[in-house]
Amino acid sequence: MVKTIERAGFPIVHMCNLIPVATTVGANRMVPTISIPYPLGNPEDAPEEQYKLRYHRVGVALDALATEIEEQTVFPVKI
Amino acid sequence: MTKKVICYLNQFFGGIGGEDTADYEPSIQEGVAGPAAAINEGLVDAEVTHTIICGDNFMGSNTEDAIARILEMLEGKEMDLFIAGPAFQAGRYGVACGNICKAVKEKFGVEVMSSMHCENPGVEMFKKDVYIMDGANAAARMRKDVKNMVAFANKLLSGEALMGAAAEGYFPRGCRKEVFLEDKHENTAAYRGVQMLIKRIKGEPFQTELVIPEKDLVPIAEPVADLSKARIAIVTTGGIVPVDNPDRIQSASATRWGRYNIAGLDKLPNRWDGGHKVIHAGYDPAAGDNDPNITVPVDALRQYEKEGKIGKLDDYYYTTVGTGTTESEATRMASEMIPHFIEDGVDAVIMTST
Repeated sequence: MVKTIERAGFPIVHMCNLIPVATTVGANRMVPTISIPYPLGNPEDAPEEQYKLRYHRVGVALDALATEIEEQTVFPVKI
Repeated sequence: MTKKVICYLNQFFGGIGGEDTADYEPSIQEGVAGPAAAINEGLVDAEVTHTIICGDNFMGSNTEDAIARILEMLEGKEMDLFIAGPAFQAGRYGVACGNICKAVKEKFGVEVMSSMHCENPGVEMFKKDVYIMDGANAAARMRKDVKNMVAFANKLLSGEALMGAAAEGYFPRGCRKEVFLEDKHENTAAYRGVQMLIKRIKGEPFQTELVIPEKDLVPIAEPVADLSKARIAIVTTGGIVPVDNPDRIQSASATRWGRYNIAGLDKLPNRWDGGHKVIHAGYDPAAGDNDPNITVPVDALRQYEKEGKIGKLDDYYYTTVGTGTTESEATRMASEMIPHFIEDGVDAVIMTST
């Protein structure tokens, strides 16, 4: 789906856990998430902690959308 | 008891005529015609009882009608196998063979098969539904193609165990069949894996057991010029939907997707507040039901919108379920979403997956 949307000209970033799969399939901009059942917020953590992580990683994703890249790129996250 | 086989040929191989008779309407005759004779010669404990002939143009331009008529001709006939072609590289013929085989299989539940060259469009269109032997590109190779077809036909008729596409000589249908090997050390995956690795290290040829399809890279889209003016939309394959799942999106092998209004929401309300829930059957829904924002991050994006980092969080989020969903369905769904992005002035997309 990422590729179909990108082919239509929309910059798109794929936030997912299985980065090697996304890379193999051919996504261009990728940001890792923390797991499969809870991509952006671990239910074991306090809600504020979860939100901090989500806010950070979504921020990385937004920056990825605005970043020029030459090849498939996984954008690093800090938390 | 002798098994019964029915063959399908186009107007040329059926001996009716050339292009000038491509509109030949379907007919059925007892016995053989054209290559059906050679097929008959090679069959073991089976015979070709009837041969159907149909013009490639007639089938191409009146597919439904042609199929309906042929199915009616087959009604009540004893049939253990239906063979169409060989079609070589003839596009109309290959597509005709694929169409009629698929229809016969669906209507009568009998095994069907054909043969075509890899470039024949019929292969891509029908290899998933029909056994298509990997054939030559010209009728000059008729003898070889018929020989291969007959060998496979005999296996299908006798019920002999099939050894997979590569061994049998048909185009892979995309089906995986689990086979249990004799329980000995050399058959274990560990042994096979290490043997493969040793060959690879030595630079010797080896055959992978799982072929990874070639990468199909998409040209990198230009980055957003000014994020602070951009409209961002969320798409997810995590199967987050409004609690009543109004579009009845399937929990697996989805063919439907939804577009749901989030205008004015600071965050997605959860399942227990009558908001949104997880319908995806591939992962534990507990976390997502409790806080769907962990998969569809409306809260974070709304915050960025307020801060001015992005121009606007789009009024809709787009969703479907990723588990078991085929590539072709997913591609179709994405292409159906695109006109909405265009109409709504979406500049960029964040897609989340689980």
